[in-house]
Amino acid sequence: MTDVEPAKSPGQGGACSGTPWQDPAQKPFIELQSLSKHFDDFAAVDDISLKIYRGELFTILGGSGCGKSTLLRMLAGFEKPSTGRILIDGVDITLSPPYERPVNMMFQSYAVFPHMTVEQNIGYGLKKEKLPRTEIASRVEEMLQLVQLPELAKRKPDQLSGGQRQRVALARALIKRPKVLLLDEPLAALDKKLREQTQFELMNLQDTLGITFVVVTHDQEEAMTLATRIAVMDAGKFVQIGTPSEIYEFPQNRFIANFFGQINTFDATVVASDALSLTVRLDDSGTEIRTRHEQDLAPGTRCVIGVRPEKLLISTQAPTRDGLTVTRGVVEDLAYYGNRSLYRVRSQNGRIIQVSAQNYQRSAQLLLEWDDEVFLSWNSDCSVVLTQ
Amino acid sequence: MTMVVNPGRRDRLWRGFVIATPYLWLLFFFLIPFAIVLKISFADPLVAQPPFSDFFDWSGGATDRVLATFDNYRFLLEDKLYLVSYLKSIKIALIATLLCLLLGFPMAYAIALTPYPWRNLLLLLVILPFWTSFLLRVYAWMVMLGKQGLINHLLMSLGLIDEPLQMLYTDGAVYLGIVYTYVPFMILPLYATLEKLDLDLHEAAADLGARPRQVFRDITLPLALPGIIAGCLLVFIPALGEYVIPALLGGLDSLMIGRTLYDEFFVNRDWPLASAVAVVLLLILVLPIMLFQRLQQEPDT
Repeated sequence: MTDVEPAKSPGQGGACSGTPWQDPAQKPFIELQSLSKHFDDFAAVDDISLKIYRGELFTILGGSGCGKSTLLRMLAGFEKPSTGRILIDGVDITLSPPYERPVNMMFQSYAVFPHMTVEQNIGYGLKKEKLPRTEIASRVEEMLQLVQLPELAKRKPDQLSGGQRQRVALARALIKRPKVLLLDEPLAALDKKLREQTQFELMNLQDTLGITFVVVTHDQEEAMTLATRIAVMDAGKFVQIGTPSEIYEFPQNRFIANFFGQINTFDATVVASDALSLTVRLDDSGTEIRTRHEQDLAPGTRCVIGVRPEKLLISTQAPTRDGLTVTRGVVEDLAYYGNRSLYRVRSQNGRIIQVSAQNYQRSAQLLLEWDDEVFLSWNSDCSVVLTQ
Repeated sequence: MTMVVNPGRRDRLWRGFVIATPYLWLLFFFLIPFAIVLKISFADPLVAQPPFSDFFDWSGGATDRVLATFDNYRFLLEDKLYLVSYLKSIKIALIATLLCLLLGFPMAYAIALTPYPWRNLLLLLVILPFWTSFLLRVYAWMVMLGKQGLINHLLMSLGLIDEPLQMLYTDGAVYLGIVYTYVPFMILPLYATLEKLDLDLHEAAADLGARPRQVFRDITLPLALPGIIAGCLLVFIPALGEYVIPALLGGLDSLMIGRTLYDEFFVNRDWPLASAVAVVLLLILVLPIMLFQRLQQEPDT
């Protein structure tokens, strides 16, 4: 947020650089080993294993009841895992109580102590460490600068706005220089404008302090913009883990594809398959396309091909370039947004296909009109095979 | 839409009535009776009907001769009996309040943490004793605590004691009676504050390094303070003037001010002295509360 010396505890490196998760030699900073949490018969978290690396801003994304909050609460120490282990920086903390973990949490409700001033709230963690009064005072001051609240030090929480309370909660969690900061829906309670601002501030802060962040959220946009990596969670398990672009461009199934933006789907049949790619025939046009897919599918298997609206090219003449998959349709609806236009095209078999096109030509007239006959084409490697 | 500039006459009457009701209530049921008691406390006792002298001397025709006397208050200071029973009452009420707090806090906390259908049941159980007569319940304790009572019988049949214990007519029985009777008045306001307590705050404190005991001291206790104060006042005030419990369960030395007051009114028929006792009792109660409210308001301003 402001230029303040990064608060680093010994043994804590800078922000994560590159892609440590692709390097098998890298030591994970947080490691979950087949972690489960059962409530009676219900598995809130179901046999999850995960490695998070130092300096990552790792986001766990999922709808309500998917188990993401239980997972976070196990990291904080508020829930005891039914089975499995949690290691932070090589130390097994599975059974340590919350007050002994090198982890701090920012609660969704912020949980700012209502009977303490801003100053007392922020200094509380250090007071429990029995640090000398003068050191507490100077570190509180430093934190107040960091979250830009120095003039509110003596205020009580009921005299603060929601955004200010969020900053108090953040400062209070950061002052102990935790190895890991847990954030439970950090932006959910803020209005839209404040969210965007805070989002960038959080990212800068994480970059400055080099603390590993684990964020839990139900908001895919928040996850996309914040995260180094996202784990999409559903019914107590991770559905897919990857960078935001991996998850957007190579969604593993229809659920994830629709969760992150929109996607057009085409029914197809597998023609041939090898270790890295798949050749399928589209039902619509009968064209065969080859696309990257790691899973081996037997010829004859029915599958779905997904193409993002912005990957489609729309034209009135048949494209001449090679390597394009082409299908035809009629413009049924269009929406002009200035920088881009959105077309809804009805294909020959009646399916609606969405196309998002950049308006790179300057023209006062619409380049395409309602009921125009058009060709839709896309680069074969832009399509993704989705499991049903 | 039309602006309502002049509320109707009926509206104004209604508003006046609503605002006036509590004041009228206080006037007729507190201030006037209190003024009468205050007036009697400055009179001389008489063997007459009513048994006290007039405040003014009407006989001379002039109405300005005041007959008020401070004799009763002076007597309260001179005879040690009153001071002793005031102090004894304060001591019993204070200790009983503390016991109620120690007993009531964990109960209220447990109720506040109980999930819903059960919580209502527990609350009901707290209030349940009120459905039988208070006097009956005190008599029941007499039956249980007596020499031939249930508890002595049980202890003797178990071979734990040979002689029956003297439990009835002791200070212990008075404490038991007061705590038993007044603990719901402690539990209910405590429950009301503890129930609103955000458990996230406890977790946040633990997350910041507070051990369970520190969480209780730093978070739970300060946030429950309004409930603790309300509960303590609700127990202390009636316990201070309690008459029935010490009269029925207490021994001869459990002389509380309520008993003294009763004796002065009905045994000695000394209404003026009894009134003075009552006025002093009221001052003992009101002054600390006013002082406390002062203190409460200061940090907020």
